[in-house]
Amino acid sequence: MDTILFYFFASAALASSIVVVVHRNPVGSIVALVLTLFTTSVLYIMLSAQFVAVVQVLVYAGAIMVLFMFTVMFLILRDESLNFDAQNVPLKVSLVLAVLLITGMFVQNVIIGSSNAGKLASLSVSEDFGSIEQVGTSIFTDYILPFELTSVLILIAIIGVIVISKRSTD
Amino acid sequence: MEITINHYILLSFLLFAIGCFGVITRKNLIIVLMSLELMLNAANLAFVSFSRFYNDNTGQVFMLMSLVVAACEVAVGLALVVSIYHNKQTINIDVLKLLKG
Repeated sequence: MDTILFYFFASAALASSIVVVVHRNPVGSIVALVLTLFTTSVLYIMLSAQFVAVVQVLVYAGAIMVLFMFTVMFLILRDESLNFDAQNVPLKVSLVLAVLLITGMFVQNVIIGSSNAGKLASLSVSEDFGSIEQVGTSIFTDYILPFELTSVLILIAIIGVIVISKRSTD
Repeated sequence: MEITINHYILLSFLLFAIGCFGVITRKNLIIVLMSLELMLNAANLAFVSFSRFYNDNTGQVFMLMSLVVAACEVAVGLALVVSIYHNKQTINIDVLKLLKG
């Protein structure tokens, strides 16, 4: 059952992410990106990370996608020159594939190893793994400093956005 | 066949590669930003997979940090897109090659 669900949602994520990249209309890309984020959220639930899955739907599919949609509606994009740059595509594809293969070999050999020990269903997992309590405890005890620095990052982003979008008074 | 950690990492690699392909081939600045989101999302999937694999929720904590970074990046990036569009009336990244504003 888990296997079927994984393959279904993984293929849905891959297909919709391909649609994001190749779609002609930006609104279609946004809808496909929402689908990708939802399927990834389902995969998080299958990895027993429920809190992270809910946050993914709220922040990504709720906030970020609305921001994208707003921007696309705000700009009037009638340009037909925004399609693929067809001349260099094979070179770029081979570049991406080379990076992918090198990183994949690194992970396969160094981190995971060639053994078949990574079966997730047989791995032990603590009782409340991925719950709000455990993730929150971890954030507010072990990783309190990075968490606070995150707020500084958000502040800088807010100030930056205000400065950028402020109309010049000339 | 049982699902292993390798399946999730492979899926993460493929999503990252698709996003990377979008970043380097598309000309529309908004699509480039969306492909960037796809790459960050793939990295998040790898974080959560390894978190499950090692039974340690540090990966989930840093996935949340990465989510915050993605949100900030999108906010600043889209503000830049709107600002560029008001100045140049285009968001084609092949046209935008001047450093002088």
